[in-house]
Amino acid sequence: MERIPILKMGSFLLVSIQIDMDDRTAMSLQDDLTGQIVKHRAKGVLIDISSLDVVDSFIGRMLANTAAMARILDADTVVVGMQPSVAITLVELGLSLKGVRSALNVERGMDLLRQISRELEVESERDDADREE
Amino acid sequence: MADSQSTRLASLMRNRADEVLSEWVRLQQHDLSLRNNLLREGELEQQCREFLNALLIALPQGTTDISTSPVWATVRDYVTTVARSRARQGFTPTETAMFVFSLKQPLFDAMRRELSGDDLAESVWLISTVLDRIGLFGTETYQRGREEIIARQQQELLELSTPVVELWQGVLALPLIGTLDSARTQVVMESLLQAIVDTGSSIAIIDITGVPVVDTLVAQHLLKTVAAARLMGADCIISGIRPQIAQTIVHLGVEISDVLTKATLADAFAIALSRIGLGVGRTSKTTVALRRRTLED
Amino acid sequence: MQIAKSETVAVRSGAEVVSVRHAVRKYAVELGFSIVEQTKVVTAASELARNMVDYGGGGTMTLEALDDGIRRGLRLRFEDHGPGIADLTLALRDGYTTGSGMGLGLGGAKRLSNEFDIKTAPGEGTTITITRWKGAS
Repeated sequence: MERIPILKMGSFLLVSIQIDMDDRTAMSLQDDLTGQIVKHRAKGVLIDISSLDVVDSFIGRMLANTAAMARILDADTVVVGMQPSVAITLVELGLSLKGVRSALNVERGMDLLRQISRELEVESERDDADREE
Repeated sequence: MADSQSTRLASLMRNRADEVLSEWVRLQQHDLSLRNNLLREGELEQQCREFLNALLIALPQGTTDISTSPVWATVRDYVTTVARSRARQGFTPTETAMFVFSLKQPLFDAMRRELSGDDLAESVWLISTVLDRIGLFGTETYQRGREEIIARQQQELLELSTPVVELWQGVLALPLIGTLDSARTQVVMESLLQAIVDTGSSIAIIDITGVPVVDTLVAQHLLKTVAAARLMGADCIISGIRPQIAQTIVHLGVEISDVLTKATLADAFAIALSRIGLGVGRTSKTTVALRRRTLED
Repeated sequence: MQIAKSETVAVRSGAEVVSVRHAVRKYAVELGFSIVEQTKVVTAASELARNMVDYGGGGTMTLEALDDGIRRGLRLRFEDHGPGIADLTLALRDGYTTGSGMGLGLGGAKRLSNEFDIKTAPGEGTTITITRWKGAS
């Protein structure tokens, strides 16, 4: 069983899935990821699936669950690099991947995460201002 | 398993091969003469000679199972080649079938000169059965050849009729014209997603002005396309929604509330531009130009 | 109908689900399927193989490369001797958003295939056969 490496990039984490994941690898990825989010107080997670040429409902559920766990730990998740044929197949399969944002590649994914955290900052500043009144 | 009747028939045919061949070629040329020499004379004779040879090898082996027996494989291959090439050249099914059937007359003539009575009757029946089956096999192959051409043309038409246009850097437009069935949707999705990858676009405008009917199925196909684009990080705007379509969608209960929709492509384009930080405005010289949105807007 | 090539593989664990994907991919590539067609049939196979491991106690998958004279296709047969499916209608209905249980696997595999056949009964195991033809949508 291989452990999938998690890289820290500023306040975000980057996971690059390049192998055919079996159940145990998927479970330990979730463990590792949630652990790292807490440890580094990460604000966002980028999951790079550009190497995956098949995403079935098991992997899809894993991605959706991971995003949900990250959300609870106050981090956003962006899935990047989905291959066109995988996107077409997932839609046909009926997987909605709710709660998971997507971007074309790592760069765009980072931009999106930064944009989200900026919007949250603006929101909280506005809330603070309201409260002071 | 060879049997004596077919063996004798084959050797009779072999003895009279030259006369049978020349009569056969002559008959076909006569029928085909209205076709303005689609086949060069030498080519036809060559085809006939080779077919006859293959027939004479297979016949004595005693089976009339033309369509599946390995004994007849060479003849089948040969007929397939002729049928496919005639299908491509635009011959009619009958003209193609006559390749085989016109062999009957010369063969009967040859047999009548050497056989008589029951012997003649049985031989005629045998060769008739064999040639009928070969002819039918040829016709089926011809049909399949035509179907393949049609299928390929349909595919090309599908691909040609779904162009993806880059309206501006990062903004794609997909003007759909005609019906949106399941096969078309596949082509649309593939073209759109590939364009998203190639251009790095983050917005796609799907214009359905040219789609005559929007029912539940079409709506589902549209939603699938939007979902697929979204999985690749691109948002879609559906434009060209006629008033009747808006009514249909609501009456059918189709859930498209999380998809942005606009009545016209122009409106959709304006939204797309603002999403990427651009706007359209007048410059001081009253020429329309694209300028970056500033904080004052 | 000609069966140009066939083989049977065991599907008993998560690791073998991965082998299933590779075997199906290999056949699909040899049959000249487009990338999208390959992805669809491999994904459908992955769904059914996982179901077999998770709910059927493991089983076998038989791959057959077909040629009916007009088109070429890939037929996959998943057989297990597990508990069988009691309520087939329910199993074929999808659990879309949560993607929970067998539902999504069966319905999904059906949507990704051109032909789908299932034989099952409680206590008698399950046999699911899917076919994907080259050039079909």
